[in-house]
Amino acid sequence: MIPNDSIIALATPSGAGAIAVIRISGSDAIAATTPFFKSIHGKKLVEQKSHTIVLGHIVEGKQTLDEVLVSIFKAPNSYTGENVVEISCHGSPYIQQQIIQLFLRNGCRMADAGEFTLRAFLNGKMDLSQAEAVADLIASDNAASHQIAIQQMRGGFSNEIKNLREELLNFASLIELELDFAEEDVEFANRNDFKALIDKIQKVLKRLIDSFAVGNVIKNGIPVAIVGEPNVGKSTLLNALLNEERALVSEIAGTTRDTIEDEISIGGIGFRFIDTAGIRETEDVIEGMGIKRTFEKIGKSEVTLYLFDASAVISAPNEQVNSGLKAKDLLLEIKKIKNKYPQKPLVLVANKIDRLSEEEISNLESQFRIPFEEVSNRSTRQSDLVLLSAKTGQGVEELQSRLLQFVNTGALRNNETIVTNTRHYNALLKALEEIDKVQLGIDEELPSDLMAIDVREALYHLGEITGQVTNDELLGNIFANFCIGK
Amino acid sequence: MFPEQYDVIVVGGGHAGAEAAAAAANMGSKTLLVTMNLQTIGQMSCNPAMGGIAKGQIVREIDALGGYSGIVTDKSAIQFKMLNKSKGPAMWSPRAQSDRMRFAEEWRLALENTPNCDFYQEMVSGLLVENNRVIGVRTSLGLEIRGKAVVLTNGTFLNGLIHIGEKQFGGGRAGERAATGITEQLRDFGFESGRMKTGTPPRVDGRSLDYSAMIPQPGDERPEKFSYLDTPVLQRQRDCHMSHTSAKVHDLLREGFDRSPMFNGRIKSIGPRYCPSIEDKIDRFADKDSHQLFVEPEGWNTVEVYVNGFSTSLPEDVQFKALKSVKGFESVKFFRPGYAIEYDYFPPTQLKHTLETKLVENLYFAGQINGTTGYEEAASQGLMAGINAHLRLNEKDAFILQRDEAYIGVLIDDLITKGTEEPYRMFTSRAEYRTLLRQDNADLRLTPKSFDIGLASKERLKRMEEKERKSDAFVNFFKDTSVLPEAINPILERLDSALVKQSDKMFKVFSRPKVKMEHMLELEPVSGFVEDNDLNREVLEQTEIQVKYSGYIQKEKNNADKLQRLENVKIPENFDYFKLKSLSFEAREKLSAIQPVTIAQAARVSGVNPSDISVLLVYLGR
Repeated sequence: MIPNDSIIALATPSGAGAIAVIRISGSDAIAATTPFFKSIHGKKLVEQKSHTIVLGHIVEGKQTLDEVLVSIFKAPNSYTGENVVEISCHGSPYIQQQIIQLFLRNGCRMADAGEFTLRAFLNGKMDLSQAEAVADLIASDNAASHQIAIQQMRGGFSNEIKNLREELLNFASLIELELDFAEEDVEFANRNDFKALIDKIQKVLKRLIDSFAVGNVIKNGIPVAIVGEPNVGKSTLLNALLNEERALVSEIAGTTRDTIEDEISIGGIGFRFIDTAGIRETEDVIEGMGIKRTFEKIGKSEVTLYLFDASAVISAPNEQVNSGLKAKDLLLEIKKIKNKYPQKPLVLVANKIDRLSEEEISNLESQFRIPFEEVSNRSTRQSDLVLLSAKTGQGVEELQSRLLQFVNTGALRNNETIVTNTRHYNALLKALEEIDKVQLGIDEELPSDLMAIDVREALYHLGEITGQVTNDELLGNIFANFCIGK
Repeated sequence: MFPEQYDVIVVGGGHAGAEAAAAAANMGSKTLLVTMNLQTIGQMSCNPAMGGIAKGQIVREIDALGGYSGIVTDKSAIQFKMLNKSKGPAMWSPRAQSDRMRFAEEWRLALENTPNCDFYQEMVSGLLVENNRVIGVRTSLGLEIRGKAVVLTNGTFLNGLIHIGEKQFGGGRAGERAATGITEQLRDFGFESGRMKTGTPPRVDGRSLDYSAMIPQPGDERPEKFSYLDTPVLQRQRDCHMSHTSAKVHDLLREGFDRSPMFNGRIKSIGPRYCPSIEDKIDRFADKDSHQLFVEPEGWNTVEVYVNGFSTSLPEDVQFKALKSVKGFESVKFFRPGYAIEYDYFPPTQLKHTLETKLVENLYFAGQINGTTGYEEAASQGLMAGINAHLRLNEKDAFILQRDEAYIGVLIDDLITKGTEEPYRMFTSRAEYRTLLRQDNADLRLTPKSFDIGLASKERLKRMEEKERKSDAFVNFFKDTSVLPEAINPILERLDSALVKQSDKMFKVFSRPKVKMEHMLELEPVSGFVEDNDLNREVLEQTEIQVKYSGYIQKEKNNADKLQRLENVKIPENFDYFKLKSLSFEAREKLSAIQPVTIAQAARVSGVNPSDISVLLVYLGR
């Protein structure tokens, strides 16, 4: 009754690579592969033992398509719980397609998105939350989000929620008892204990909800706005950060035409650097719009880097030069940012210090350190001056460690629970909303049958997280979020 | 002696049987009610009261559907109370004390006045079955009566065994014979049967009691009633009384424990946990040295009194000695001792939603035979079985109430999906959406449905429609009409509720917890509207609930709709659960046995986890 026709898909990312893995699953997977695989030892594939790898060729008639390694996993000891064949072929898209087409012509069917994991789930190889975590795991592209996904796959915070839910459920039953036996003299739910429990649940939910912000940036990369004039060395700085880690993840066009985002992994944490124009006062309408956008981007970022050309400033400390600003103007701009976003960490980055003498550097420090701390005095701890040369790499490491300091990695290190899943986040929000209503109900001495409605609702949303209630919408989503091949 | 063939034969004349016969006959089926004793139709075997928490709602539902229980109760009530008035409207539960003899008489008269309903007094000892389809019944005299459908409502009579202390004897009720033969035959057909136990307290002579030592429990000052039809409202009422057991009473009872069939192992079957015997209460709540006793008159004129809360199967001398130590009972005279009774039931998972058995076509079970307890639970099953037997014979769609439509829907779905290990009693907490299943709106929920299948009368529908129209109009009046601060503030001040600064919609002010209809009626435009539109008490109540609890009602409606989606995911017939390896083994077994019709029903099968449901949903392509 479970569909067990053979499905096929590319398990590695599409495109060219050194090798590619094609996965076939189904009760006939091994038999279906056998006629098209010629082992170098001449042994038929169906006769191979499970969990072995064989070298050979994929052949169609007399034509050899590729030299490949074939891994055999026999049911039920495979990812899907069915017979699984994995063909490691050479990674050209042409070869991949030739092989996949060959099997599609011979009884296999292209797998739907998530179908391998779906089969694994239906065959009891993993439960729903594990399947959900698999999707996150595939998508994780840095150490931190990987760690969170793994944590979730192992149960994560759902145990904590499960325990709280159970306690709440106990109280709910007491309330029900109280209602149904109103005519009899039985002992009822202690309102003080109930209130204490509600407070406790509230705290936990709030903590988890707050952690979403942290979890979300870890998962999606921490947005960092770089403010600076076009020629202060922004791209050089990005390259410098990049060269250190050699971990450019992606380059995506931003929401506006003039925005470029670079995602860079530093110390296992993803950072998204967002380029912005400066915020220099201007009469120009178009530039004025640019300033507005810059502020918007700063607003959406976790950290702001204010980058300037130290050599330009130092060379003309008291008069405006063509490439830069007076120190005074510069501090004014910083003050503007600070006034608008007093809580946002801001790093003042003086670039191109390789062009400066030691004396000039110490001059620069004295010129900026004190006033800078003054303008940003509302949160000095979170603001700093970093002197570096993007060109030589001097000071780049210091900038990296500063950036890492801004990230609340404490929670990660302490193995504290972090919510990254939007579905969980939404359920937590809804649960908190209901819990707040219950609390209000207790305070206002709401009749307990009405309070029970809010309690049931809260239980429902908590149960959505722990999988103790079934939600059919959710099921559809989980498997739809997979890419084909997993 | 009998017509060639009846449409529906109902076996048993208790609450289930009487409702089944009335429903089938009223819908047009040629119906025969066979009972061992025509004098005990509609007999209240236990306490002389109808309704109570969740049960009162069921009686209102029966009435809304066109059953007789509400009418019979109204005609024979001696006291009426709306319980839980301090709670939300979902908890308001009507209860009436009945005149036991008049109750039975009203039932008998109601059935006699029902066209198509014949009577016959004899014990049915077997069923006539052909090709797994029932075709009639056989009586103890060997008569064969043909019928296209049979409804079994045997109550506690199947192999009934009465216990008083160490004495035990066969019987279906005090002074009545047990019924034999049916269980054995059904087992031969492949039915599974079990034993259950229930009990009843002693009946005493009211003239021997000192009521001055007890606390009077009067009825409501403004009594309501059960039926949505034009039944009489009580003009005078009789009080009940409350007394308490004491440590001394408990000691005296304990002396008899070694002779108690409950404790010496003679009774092995499970009794209702929620309606325990006095010895059970003492044993289980050893730290409590007092339990409530309700002293209930059995009628307007009789001196017989029912001692509610003192259900017992201890030896009669122990019962007597202990009761004599209760305040007000010092010179008590017994009419008859309490007793326990064991009887056969058939685990209701063997039924479909229509209450037809899965094994034998056109055979229906209703009442205690399905493991339930309570007149109301029994009556509602009888009604549904009678309706569905008629519909099936006429090849019409089954009449199934959903869990968000009626307590009756919850009851039957629970029974056939979960089964029951102990006598099943309805609670409001069994309903997921009790805020929708209120006693005030049973007519709005059910009367149109019942009218559509040909049971509820035109008159009933018209009354319901008028109530709906008038209350909707009144609700809209509150939504549309504003009230000035100078008009409403004096009332708010008196109620200690925040004053309003500017004119506001009445609906909003009325929504406040402390503001009630009586306060709104102080406003001239409101009382004027009531007068102009001739609004009665029912309409006022309906309007008040719809204004004051609209938020909660809407919330529950939304949740019910959410569930409805799973209710719509059908599981194919004869689904092979054993092929789904990711289902837990228990789920595979239970689901195979119950064969739920929808995913939502599958989710309610005990032993089936949400993860199992996820597997099913994913498998079914949701």
